[in-house]
Formats: sequence, structure tokens, C-alpha cells
Amino acid sequence: MLSFRRFRLQHGAYGTRMTSDYAMVRVKLPAGEIYPKQFEKLSQLSEQYSIGSAHFSTRENIQLHWVILEDVSEIFRSLAEVGLTSREACGNSVRNVMCSPLSGVCCDEKFDSTPYALATAKFFLRNPMAQSLPRKFKFNFTCCEKHGMVRMVDVGLIPEIQQIDGSEQKGFKIFLGGGLGNKSFVGHQLEDFTPEEDLLYTSIAVMRIFDRLGDRKNLARNRMRYLVNDMGWEKFQNLVLKERAIVRATQSVVTRLKVDTTPNKIKRPLKISDETGGSAPDGYARWLKTNTIKQKQSDYRSVFITLEAGDITSNQLNALADVIREFSSEGMARSGFVQNVALRYVHEDDLISLYSKLIQSGLAKSGALTMTTPIGCSGTTSCNLALTNSHRLAKEIQRKFLELHLDEDEDLTDSSIKISGCPNSCGQHGIATIGFFGGGGRLGKDMYANYQMSLGGRFDGETMLGQTCLRVPAKRVIPVILKIIELFKENKKSDDTLKSWIHRIVNDSEDSEIKSINDIKKILEPLVVPPTKDDDPDFYLDYGSDTSYHTKTGKGECAA
Amino acid sequence: MCCLTQSVKITSDIDSVRSEIRDNSISVIDVRREGDYKQDHIPNSVNLPLATLLSDDSPENVLKLVNSMGIDNETPVVVYDDTFGALASRVAWTLEWIGHSNVTLLETTYSNWKSLGLEIDSKIPDVSKKDHSMNLQSNILATSDYLESAKTRDDVILIDNRERLNYLEQHIPGAMSLPYRTLASGDKILRSKEDMKRLLDNRGISGDSEIITYCGSVGTLSGLAYYALKSAGLPNAKLYVRSFKEWKNLQKPTIKQEDANYWDLSAE
Repeated sequence: MLSFRRFRLQHGAYGTRMTSDYAMVRVKLPAGEIYPKQFEKLSQLSEQYSIGSAHFSTRENIQLHWVILEDVSEIFRSLAEVGLTSREACGNSVRNVMCSPLSGVCCDEKFDSTPYALATAKFFLRNPMAQSLPRKFKFNFTCCEKHGMVRMVDVGLIPEIQQIDGSEQKGFKIFLGGGLGNKSFVGHQLEDFTPEEDLLYTSIAVMRIFDRLGDRKNLARNRMRYLVNDMGWEKFQNLVLKERAIVRATQSVVTRLKVDTTPNKIKRPLKISDETGGSAPDGYARWLKTNTIKQKQSDYRSVFITLEAGDITSNQLNALADVIREFSSEGMARSGFVQNVALRYVHEDDLISLYSKLIQSGLAKSGALTMTTPIGCSGTTSCNLALTNSHRLAKEIQRKFLELHLDEDEDLTDSSIKISGCPNSCGQHGIATIGFFGGGGRLGKDMYANYQMSLGGRFDGETMLGQTCLRVPAKRVIPVILKIIELFKENKKSDDTLKSWIHRIVNDSEDSEIKSINDIKKILEPLVVPPTKDDDPDFYLDYGSDTSYHTKTGKGECAA
Repeated sequence: MCCLTQSVKITSDIDSVRSEIRDNSISVIDVRREGDYKQDHIPNSVNLPLATLLSDDSPENVLKLVNSMGIDNETPVVVYDDTFGALASRVAWTLEWIGHSNVTLLETTYSNWKSLGLEIDSKIPDVSKKDHSMNLQSNILATSDYLESAKTRDDVILIDNRERLNYLEQHIPGAMSLPYRTLASGDKILRSKEDMKRLLDNRGISGDSEIITYCGSVGTLSGLAYYALKSAGLPNAKLYVRSFKEWKNLQKPTIKQEDANYWDLSAE
């Protein structure tokens, strides 16, 4: 059975909670790119073989859950028809190569790293050197410091330009050995500047070292970040630089990435009828503010679609295919880092009609780029390791916060809420402004879903992990977050955001009455006291469940 | 290719239906609602709304309806709907059940017929009453009692054609899930024979097993599956026509996929 499981994972089919009859098929979207025909195919597949919905992950995959194992090969066949694959989406391989959804349109980027991400994905897919690594291996390309996640991944890359001998040289700032998990680490910068010719050699060198020295025995700590941590950064850095020289010198044929930097054709789709001049539907201003970003190309915006914890129905997938054809001047969409999807190159003059169109398919909710759209991993909806229904909790928070119009509060925009259903960090709780991971709590013999809350995590230029604050029962998470917002409002300085305020607190540089995480903890403690089961039976039910809570897990597949 | 068993025709292709309509050599049944039918329909088709059939689907009444549509034992019948073939399948199966041996499904839906620009009409044809005989085919019907005893046999396969989430929530013990959406392909209400066989083979649905299909309430989705099985060369199929609704009302055992909150993954 072990060998079948490896085979299954290598092809992108993951196990499902409490059963061996079903699989989750993880479809990779290299650099997040997805075309209308692919949306239509995924729509069809979700209806035929899954639950009528699909799910955007945090790593630019789109997942089909509760697929009958024997149907998986039918899905492979259909994916191939539209140029998609789930191969090496799970298992000990190079996982989907990510790129910022704003690469190519970001005002702060040095150049568009998308072609490099695509070339890297192509190079390692099916590459013999990437078929049996000690553990999975992840690349994240970004546009700039702000929009990426380069320090929380095995290899993170920010495009950079240097003047060398009077001419501009493209290259990258490369970060190695970061990652989120049961134990998370922040990545280290390899060198000031890595010229683009060295990108592939560096990638190969890092993977060769990991392949050679990575821990193949202790399955719980075999990601590359543990190797880097155990060995010490300087030693690892030296090894990489030496190995790179060897790679460069000993290749039998010159190996290069096939980077296609031909610019995409930008062509505003023709409109059959002139729909301009119509008045904006209700909610338009709010949506425009919380879901769209101005691009560096004048007259164009990128539009982020608000989903609930990444879930999207088959009808909505079809609707997106139409919307891309009608509104995106680049003819495709890009999935992002936070269980979402963006349409780019939408002309400013088309935004009202796009919004009207999105309303028709239930895709016009506001808040995509704000704290009101939390990340929730799949949790007990499908994952064997989950202890709580983190997925539903994310949806509950979003519904409540949109009802309260918190998406319109500019003080909250740059903060984030991220929820995992267990200590493994699929929900990326460690880098959230307010992060949660699930576990079980107990009063006497009665159990309830309980989350460990951390504060002050961030994934930008000052990447750091959040600090543990206190345990919050599932049914108290919403009031606790609202209380934190209230404390912030009482103590904020004029240009503070929630994120900057919490950042000062975790760095011991806040001078108001709340100076530490412990001060916050003391204020929140009364809110998290469990009532007795007789007083509040609902407290003992996790979200989405009508039977008493018990922790229950199956076997993970990390060790496969 | 050599084939010992006679190949059964399950669907009729658009071109042959058009020419047979011109030759007046078939009877075409439109199972949509009366109002839709009156607006426009395939020329010369007669209307038998599914609801009319379901209001009394006793063999005697079905025979009356068949006679009034001008169908006798020899009349080739083609049935169509606008619901991916499921309603048409339920009507076709009922005709087969009372002993009509020459009934097929139009390979596509009425919407697609229209979008191809094929001929439509709003005229209601004159039909003269015919006299069909009754020859009940009990072997294609599964009752709840029959199902309960058959289920225990090794050579019986039970298939649930509802959507996956409904299946996970509750199903007849031992049933496998094959959602009705899996059966179609593009504009066709059923996949090609080769694709259908591969899909079913993967699931171990093959050989001489007796196969019983069911769905939510009246045997439409499972009616389509009944024809899907036959199209793949699996003749030994039965329809549990009263389906899960009756099973539940009779308080017979059901089973649930436990310990997972799959409904919360749906974006509905």
C-alpha cells in the first residue's frame, strides 16, 4: 500500500478524512495562470466527480475534493485536454511554482518574474532530480516585498535589477530555508544579488544539497528548513555557493531555463453593445475600494474576486470563464496567495459593467483585499489531520465582518486573519496579524473546539512569526477578534493600522497602557472561560456540526 | 470489431430523427411541460409531460397514455426533454416496462436542438388512437422489497446517481456513488460507448452483474443511468423507480459518511 500511496501522491491525489475511498485532486496552476477553457473544464469536473464546488488553495492550486479514487484517472485525462496537470502537486516533489498575482502589473516591481516562474515549473516537472526528494520543495516568485511570501518557503525570489558595468542586469534576491509548518522558520537571503543566468544553477544546487543531506529518516522534520536550521545558515550558504560553482562547471550540456519574455498581448475585448453610461449598482464603491488595485499600466486595474475560504461553485467557475473573455485584456486570470483569484487588465471604463456581471453569479462580494476575507484550510471538511472545522470558521468570520462593514475600515485593511485546523500550517496562521490553529479544549469530561491564537505575524519585508497569546474556543473567536479591534481603536495613534499597532506591541515598543501580548491576554481571558454544557450546549459543538465535539484524526500523508 | 451480443440502440442521432420525422416513420415524445411544448417543439412530436405520467404510472394508465399518443407495438419511439435526458429516460423506461420494445432517447436536449437551428414547430399534430398490448417487463423494475433482498447478493451492484454531497450525507448501504453529471459528454446526454465503458470499468461495473440504479425520488436521474449502463453493453440493469424517497419513508437502513463536515466545502 505504501508504494501505491507514493504513486497516488506523485500524481496529485491526496487522501481524504476518515476514508480510503476518496481522494482530493490538486490541480497545479503554475504562476497562478488560468485560462477560460480551463475554468470551464474545472467546472465540469467539479460537477462530475466532486461536490459541485472546487477550492482555491493558498499555493495557486485548485482542488477537487471527495473524488472517488477510481475516478481520478478520468480527471487526469480531462485536465490534459486543457493543458493542466496535477502531477507532482503532492508528494516529495517540486510543488506548484508560485508567482505573485500582481507580477507584471505591480507598481513596485523591478520586472515581471512570471516568465521565470513558468520556466522553473516546466524545468522541474517530471525532472528525474525532483522525483524523490526527502520531502516536498516549494518555490515562490513575487513582484515586490509587499505582495509576496518569499521568506516563508524553501526558495523565495524577488526580482531585482543591478547596474553592472554600466548596463542593467536582471536578477533576483533569493531567500532559502523558510517555511511554515509544525515548526516554522524565516528564510535567509543567499547573497545581495543573483543574476538571472544563475537562477537555474542556484535552484539545482539547493535541491542537490537538500537531496543529499536532507533528513530521510525523521519524517516529522524533513523539510529543508530543518536542515538549514540544524546545520546553521552560514554553513548551508557556503555549501550552496560551492555546489552552484560545481553545477555550473560540470554540466555536460549547457542547461538553461527556457524563459519566454515575450510580453503578453494586451487587447481590450470588443464590446458588442455599448454599456457605458449606466449607473453603478449598489455596493459598487465599496467593492471598488476593497477588491481592486491600480496597475502600473495606466487605465487598468486588477480585480480580486471575493470567495469564502477559496470555495467556488461549478456555475461560478463557468461564469468566470465568460467574465475573463469579456473583461480581461490579457485573456486569463491569476490565482493568488490567499485562496483567491484575480482578473487583471480590466479597463477602468469597464469596471461598472464587470461589477454588474459579477453580481449575477454571486461573485461581487466586497472585502477581497482586506482582513474580512480570512484564510481557512480545509479542516475537518476533508483533511485527515484536522482537529477543528477551520474552513467553516473562516466563512463565519467573513460573513459577520462583512455584515459589520469592517472591510471598509482602512485601519484594518493591511491586517490578516488566517486559520489552520491543526498545528500544521496549511492555513498559514503563523504569519497572520491574528492567527489561529485548532485543537481540543475540555471542561470536565466535555470537549469543545479550541484555537490557539497568535498575534503579530507578517510575511512582508519584516517577516516574523506571530506570538502566542491565548487559547480561544471556536464559538468565542469572533467576539475575541472584535474585542482586539476595540482595544486597538481605544489605543491607536493617529496613523496606526491594527497591523502597525500589534507590531509595536510584539516588539516591546508600544507606550500606551497595553504594552505586551500578555496585557492583551489579561483583557481577553474573561471572554474565553468555558460555560457549562447545561448553560450553553452550543458552545460544545464545532461550527458545522450538530454532535458533541471530539478530536478525531486519521493518518497524515507527509511520511509517504 | 466482433461482437456476439446484439448491440442495443439507446440513443437516436439528430440526423436520423430528422429524416424519420420527414418520413413519418417514428413517433416523437416531448416530455417537457405543456406550456413549453405549446410554444414550440420538434415537428410532429406529441406531448407527455413527465408530471402527467407520474400522477398515475400504473401500467393500465400508462397503456392508456401510450394508446392516446398513437403508439402501437410496432411504432418506433424517440423521447426528448430539456433536462439532460433524465426526464426523457424516465418516460422511455416506462414504455419499455409496459412492453414497448422500440424506444430510444434523442441524443441531445431540446435547447441544443434549437441552438443548432434545426426545425421547430408550434403545431400540435393530429394523432389517431392506437392499440398497444400489455406485456409487463418486471425484470427491469426493482421494488424496495426486491432491492432489500437482492442487495445481499454478491453479484448485485447498487448505484446512487444523486450528487456527491447528498450521497455522502445519506445513502442506501452498499450503494456506490455515480452522479448523473458523470454520464453526459458535451452536447450529448450520454458519453460515447467507449468512454462510458472505461468509466464503468474503472469502478468495477462490468460483466454479468445485475445492476440496480436509484436517485432522489422518481427515477429520473437513475433512469438516465439505466440507459447509460445499457449503452455500455450492460443489459442486466434494473431501475429502483421509487428511489431514495420511498426507501427513507419506509424507514429502511441508510448510511452516512461520518466524522467529516463536507457540506462546508460547498460554495452554494
